[in-house]
Order: sequence, then structure tokens, then C-alpha cells
Amino acid sequence: MKTIKYTGLVIFLLGLAIFTGTIFSGSFNLTKSELDTFLREQNYKSTVIESALEKAVVTSEDLNIFEFSSRVRNAYYVSNNYYDNLIKKYDAEKNWDKKGEQYQYKIYGKPHTLSYTLAKEAGKGFVVENAGLVWFLTFGLGIIGALLFILPNLILLGKPGIKNDGIYLNSATNRGWIAWLVLIFLVSFYLTLYFMPDYVVNWTFILDPISQALAGRPASQWFVYGFLYCTIMLTMGVRMFIKYRHNKYQIVRTISVLFFQIVFAFLIPEIMASLQMPEYDFKNAFPLDYDFFFEWNLKSLAETGGIGIFILVWGIVLTLVIVPVMVYFFGKRWYCSWVCGCGGLAETLGDPYRQHSDKSLNAWKLERWLIHAVLVFSLVMTLVTLYCYFTGAASFIGIKSQWIKDTYSFLIGAWFAGVIGTGFYPIFGNRVWCRFGCPLAAYLGLVQRFKSRFRITTNGGQCISCGNCSTYCEQGIDVRAYAQKGENIVRSSCVGCGICSAVCPRGVLKLENGPESGRINPTDVLLGNDVNLMDLVNKK
Amino acid sequence: MEHIVIIGNGISGVTAARHIRKNSDKKITIVSAESKFFFSRTALMYIYMGHMKFEHTQPYEEWFWEKNNIALKEGFVGAINTAKSILEFTNGETLFYDKLIIATGSKPNKFGWPGQDLDGVMGMYHKQDLDKLEKFAPDNEACNRAVIVGGGLIGIELAEMLRSRKIPVTFLVRETSFWNGVLPALESEMINEHIKEHHIDLRLNTNLKEIKSDENGCVKSIIIEETGEEIYCNVVGLTAGVTPNIDFIKNTGIELGRGVKVNRFLETNMPNIYAIGDCAEQHEAIGQRRNIEAVWYTGRMMGETVAQTICGNKMEYKPGHWFNSAKFLDIEYQTYGWVFSEKGKKENEAYFQWKHPEENKCITISFDKNTHLFLGINTFGIRMRHEIFDKWLTGNKSIEYVLEYLADANFDPEFYKLHEPEIVAKFNEENNTNIQLKKKSWKRIFSKV
Repeated sequence: MKTIKYTGLVIFLLGLAIFTGTIFSGSFNLTKSELDTFLREQNYKSTVIESALEKAVVTSEDLNIFEFSSRVRNAYYVSNNYYDNLIKKYDAEKNWDKKGEQYQYKIYGKPHTLSYTLAKEAGKGFVVENAGLVWFLTFGLGIIGALLFILPNLILLGKPGIKNDGIYLNSATNRGWIAWLVLIFLVSFYLTLYFMPDYVVNWTFILDPISQALAGRPASQWFVYGFLYCTIMLTMGVRMFIKYRHNKYQIVRTISVLFFQIVFAFLIPEIMASLQMPEYDFKNAFPLDYDFFFEWNLKSLAETGGIGIFILVWGIVLTLVIVPVMVYFFGKRWYCSWVCGCGGLAETLGDPYRQHSDKSLNAWKLERWLIHAVLVFSLVMTLVTLYCYFTGAASFIGIKSQWIKDTYSFLIGAWFAGVIGTGFYPIFGNRVWCRFGCPLAAYLGLVQRFKSRFRITTNGGQCISCGNCSTYCEQGIDVRAYAQKGENIVRSSCVGCGICSAVCPRGVLKLENGPESGRINPTDVLLGNDVNLMDLVNKK
Repeated sequence: MEHIVIIGNGISGVTAARHIRKNSDKKITIVSAESKFFFSRTALMYIYMGHMKFEHTQPYEEWFWEKNNIALKEGFVGAINTAKSILEFTNGETLFYDKLIIATGSKPNKFGWPGQDLDGVMGMYHKQDLDKLEKFAPDNEACNRAVIVGGGLIGIELAEMLRSRKIPVTFLVRETSFWNGVLPALESEMINEHIKEHHIDLRLNTNLKEIKSDENGCVKSIIIEETGEEIYCNVVGLTAGVTPNIDFIKNTGIELGRGVKVNRFLETNMPNIYAIGDCAEQHEAIGQRRNIEAVWYTGRMMGETVAQTICGNKMEYKPGHWFNSAKFLDIEYQTYGWVFSEKGKKENEAYFQWKHPEENKCITISFDKNTHLFLGINTFGIRMRHEIFDKWLTGNKSIEYVLEYLADANFDPEFYKLHEPEIVAKFNEENNTNIQLKKKSWKRIFSKV
């Protein structure tokens, strides 16, 4: 069994190495006519970019992606610098008309995006020609290896039951060197994906056939991310099914997050795209879906007729009605650990790291400041955006619409949710984003705290203060602090993953939805003492 | 300002300190030789097993003590000068007290076995025991086999700990079946089987004769009393119960039995000296409880009670209905009210038992066969609500009532398969009754009577 497990690990690492290695493969160049077609599509007015790009990429040399990218970005700067200099010049001459004219020649968008778009056309080589084979060598080996690593646990873990043996004795799960390596890998992955997508354009070639079949278009870097996301969740979901096979709540919950990720977040939007509809993830509620009210989205929804209007109405109803009503009946868990994609990754890939959340009082204070600040930020941004959308103004209450959207997308959307939220799993735990950053979680949390039937019931005086519940709470709730006092746990941050209840050796904790009265039960003295003492304390 | 000194920073002492602080601004000092900060003794096993780190076993962050103005003093009390109200530490320091709470807990029993103090012999009670285990049994290369002597709750935990590092374990149990002084035979036998499933070499009806030493004073092997068999091992765990940790109190004038003798107010025979927790011994047992109760929650309750008395609200220690819980490897166990084993049950007590055909789940309900009064329940693999059973015990409900409303009591996680229908059906079949299981009702669960 051990042999199978370690063979699996080797195969997985091989797949991962090949996957990473594909980045460096292939050659990139364009013919003159390919470039012309591209420029025509882009409709650039710049007269400089054509010759700059021609010099850069119309070549018989075999450029790798990094050289290619650097040349394209250089051409981009050459063109933009040219017009910037003209702007400066006319500015000095106070020739306002001429100055104003120059702006239309500038190329907007990010240099890496231009490079990515070109590279998608320019890529040649083994990966492009053998997408199927390379898929097997990367995704295929990764999945087979991971499953070989995971499946033997059915026997190695022994009888069904909580098996957390050795978590703090293992470098991967105890913030050792393996954990740091994983962190570096994940952070690099996100930085590249978000900010240098052209570097990983080869990955899109691997998935082009699948994307063509699904959506009738070549794969983008976001398709790669979505596909990878689903693959990882499924594989690590198998791990969950084995680890918690005695616990039906965990099994059902894991099936649910897998379903919503694969069907709602991945398949439906792709199929919608193939039908020329706007892509939409029907479960992704604003303000987690922070660009729902951005101009481009509203425009695209408005342009697509019936379905667009339906999505618009659905999105608003989802946030204003469905989300709070469901939280009232079931707690925020219905979203955060049953439906949400971020939660889904946290509960599968992130499960081995759940113990790293900070349980200190200071972390709780930070959490409350930070998450509510992000909620306010997202609401202000949306307000500004909507105001500008309807009035045509460029700014509102002194905030520029474009600036606040860019800032939010960069700081919250990319850095907080992605780079830190997932990249830091192995060190800070699997719910950093959900706990400290997600504006939707903040909103759900407010409802859960003040108007909900959900609570974690503490079972009288059975708690022995062992601390398993607190240790394995991914949201950093000091569950024990409540349990040992006989108090029910009613906390805005609880996502209802149910692990505290699962790891409790004494059957003290139960997630339940019940009447609101009696939900919060502060007790000074626990059950077990004779009634007199209880009366006394309760009278106080 | 009155100075309250508490010896021992376990659950009893710390609970007393916390509640005295809640109710007063008296000066409080907690003395401990084991560790500076309070930790949960019951969680020591999880540190060795790698589920937690030591810091996770500490329920309060380190700033808590200063913030609440509870002084922590590290030191070993050598003697108590009751005439002068002074604690004398072994390092020569002294500490004056106005009121003293003795909460020193227990220590593992040793029955004078030859070799019981060799290197590699240990109990599993103190933090230091854990350090020793880490030293002598870090893995299965350093420790080829461990022998555990004494089949109780700590014994099976120690076996689980060692198995988590794949160390072969021989488990010597004096009784004919595991813990059958407490558990009914059906349950005890289920646990026997479960122990074996975990590849633990369970030896029933087996006593330790002696522990043999190698040339370095370390454990080499043990000899079994009954057969004379020699079992080679590197570690011996002595888990044959615990006894109050009160050696330093001898000859102080404080009345001692096996523990520190206390009345219902947890007062010793000396004024201003109290004893709580594992080390306290009631003059007369409370209900069917033992005079000395080495249980987590009774320590906590005694701490709560003595704090009331010390803060001027003199209060008797009145533990409510008996309850407890434990975990035997993968099987959770809870008990509410009294279920005695076949050995200990009285003539009027009868069982109703149900066992799952395949899984490790079973229940035993004890009831009075004449009046059908519900006396208590043991559950294995099924969680039950404490509040509900407490209410039913107070309300003197019949076994028929308990079965009818059993769904109210279930505390298993959502989506778990519920076995109440099977349980009730079995009772109906055995007793020719026609009890109809009622659906769970929140209204009843939250009602006070």
C-alpha cells in the first residue's frame, strides 16, 4: 500500500513537473499576414505599433514565450512612448487640440495582455500539435498520481473515524519546508495567471480541444484556471470522501460543493458561451461577484435581450432575497461550505491546512475590521460605478469610477482572493480569504449573527476542553471557549463546515437549525451542577 | 486584601480561580510545578498523536492571566505550615495565604511491582509523562514494543497513542473483559473486539508480575503473573487507575483518607483550607457517586462551588445526575444516569439493550424492572443530548417514555442514519408493548420540564 502511495506521489510530481515545464516549450512568431489580420481586428489607430510589432515578432527565429513577451511589450512601449512624447510636446506648446488628438493613438490594456493575445496566435510546437498527449502527460499523470496517493488511505487510515494522526508531525501540514514549497508554487502560479498570463499561454494550448468541444472557442487562461480548479477539487474531493467516510454530513456537503463548482461555475458558463449568451455563474452572488454591476457587464446583459435581463434580475434577487432568506433558515453554511467555489476549494484542496487558522483574540479583532472594510469598499465601488453608469459622469463623491474599480480588482480581486487567499493555504490556513476578505461572507455573517436559526449546539457539560474543535476550525473560531462554558456557538464567521463536531471526541457539538429563542444561551455554570447552583447563577 | 492560594492549575484549580475572580477582587495565586499555564490534561494524547501542539491544549491565551489578575507561581510545594498559613516550597521559598485551595489532582497508581521505577516505565497523566513517552517511544524503531498495564480509560488511550506511531502494543487487562467492572458485558465485548481490530495485543485475565531491567536500568521485558511469559518491550505504561496526589500534605494536621477529606462544602478539617477535584475525598458518598471522583467535569464543578463559598455565598457541592463520556479508539461513548455492569447492578435493575448488526453502535438502558423507572443509558457510536436526559432523570420518567421520545435526545450530526425506530421496535418485540416513536420536537427539547 505504501509503495502504491509513493509511486503515486512520484507520478503526480512528474505530471506537475511536465505541466510546469510546458511553459518553457514551443516557439512563437507570426507571419506578416497573420500580424496584419490581428492588427485589423484590434483596430489600433497607432501607426507606430505596426512597424514595432513587425520588427518584434515577424521573424523566422524560434522565440520562446519569454523573449516573445518581452519583444511585444517593448513594441507596446515604443508605440505608447511615441505618443506620450507628442503629448508632452504639444502640452509644452500649449497646442491643446493636437494634444487631445494623440490620446486615441495610445494602446490601452496591459502589455502582458497584448502579448498573451498575440502569443495565442503565434504559438507553435509540440504542445500545440499534440494537445491530447500533453494533456495526458500533465493533467492525466497528475490525476492518476494523486489518486494513487490518495486511494490507499482507504486501507492505510484503518477503520473509519477521525484520523488526524501525524498532522503536526509532518512537514507538509506543520508549516515545514514542504508547506513553504507549496506556498511558493501556489503564489507564483497566481501571480503568473493574474499578471503575466502570456507566460502560461502554453497551458491554454493543452486545453484548446476541450474548450473547443465545450464552448466552441479556444481556451483562455481563465478556462485553464477553471478546468484546473475543477480537476483539483474533484481529486481532493476523493480524499475528503475517504477521510470522512464515517461522516455523512461531510460526504453530502462535499458532493454539493463539487456539483456547484463543476456544473454552475464551469460547465454552464462555457455552454452559455457556445450559445452566444453572456457567460454567467448563477450561484456567484454579488458582492463576491464584484463586477456584476460594472458597466461592461450591465451593457453586455442589456445587449443580450431576454437572457441578459433574466441574469440581471436573478443576480439582484440572489443577493437581496435568496441569500439572506437561506441564511435565516440554514446559516451561511448553505453558501460558504455547500455552494461557493472559493469555499469548495478551501474544503477540498485546503482541508489538510485547516488547522493553521489563527485562533487568537487579536486575529478575531483583525478579522472584524478587515472583512467589514472590504464589504464597505465593495459597496462604495458599486455605488460609484452605478452612479456613473446612469449619469455618464466619470466620478462620484470625488471617486473616479475607473480608479476604484481597478483598485478593487487589483487589491481585493487578485491579491486578496487569489494570491493570499489560496497561495497562503499551507501557512495561514485554507480560509484566509473567506475569513478576512470576502464581502459576501461579511454580509452573510451579519445575517447569521443577528437573524438566523443556525447555531452549533453545545452538549451540556460534556466538554473536556481538549481543543480539537478550536484547532481544526478553519475560520479561527475558538470553539472550545464556548463549548467549555456550555454556550452555543453563534458566530458570524462560522461557515458550518461541521469539522468541529466531527473531531470532538466527546460528542459535544452539533450543527443545527432550530428556533431562534434559546439559540444564544449564555451560561455561567454548566449543566451537571445541581439546580440550586444554576438557579442562583441564572438569577444574577 | 484576602489572598487566595490555589495549589494545582488543573481544571479544578483554574475554574475556582476564574470564578473567584468573577465574583470578587481578591488576590489570587495559582501554584503549579507541572506547567506555568493551564492546559487540558485530557488532550495530552493528541499531542503525541500529532493532532495538536501543546499550545492548542491551553484554553486561555497567555495574556489572560495577567488581564484577570491571577498570579501564576511555578514551584513545588514541599509542606504546608497550617499554623502560620504558609506554603513552603522545596526551593526554600514561602508563600502566605489567607485561604488555601488544594487542587493537586491525581497520580498514577503503582502497586509495588518489581521494576516499576525503571527508565521507560511511565504513567500517562502529567505533561512530564508525555515528555518521557516522546523520549522512550518516539517511533517503532526506538520502541519495538510497549506493554500497557491496566485496562481503563487511560490505558486504552495510551494504546491508541502508541498505535498512531505504529508501535506494537501488548495490553494487559486484569479483568475477564475490558472495563467490565463498569460496562455491561455486551458493550465490553464490543470494545474487546474493537481493540483487536486496531492490532492491539489484548491480554485479558492477565496481571503483571515484574518488569525486568537491562544493564542500563532501562526496561527490557515484563513477566506475566499467570503464565510466566516474558514479553520483550522498551516501554511499560502503568495505567491501573489513579490515586490522589497528596503526599506533601501528610503530617500537616489536614485530615486525609485516600484523598483530602472534605465535607459537602469542600472544607477540610482545618479552617480556611479547602480541597477540590481529584484529590478531594467526600466523607460520605454523594448519591451513588464515589467518594473520590477523578472526572474532568466534577473537578470543574467543585471549582465553581468552592468559588461561591469563598466569595461569601456558602454553597454545598451538589453534583447533579451522573454523566460521563469517553472515546475508545474510534467508538464514542456517552452515559447519563446510572448503568452498572452485571457485576455491580442491583437486583431490581434490568437492561434493555440494542446493538447494530454490523457497526460499532449499541445502547444499554437501565431501568427498574418493577416500576419501569428509567435509571440510565449507555450509548456507543450514538451521540445523545445531555439536557434531555438530565431533564428525564429529574422528571423520573419511565423507560417507555424515554423510548417514545428518544428522537428528541439524538445528538448525532445531521444526515446521520438514525436508529431510534429499530431500537423502539426491538423493545416492543421483547416486551410486547406498542410504543410509537414520536418525531423530534424542538418545543419539547427547549421546554424546562
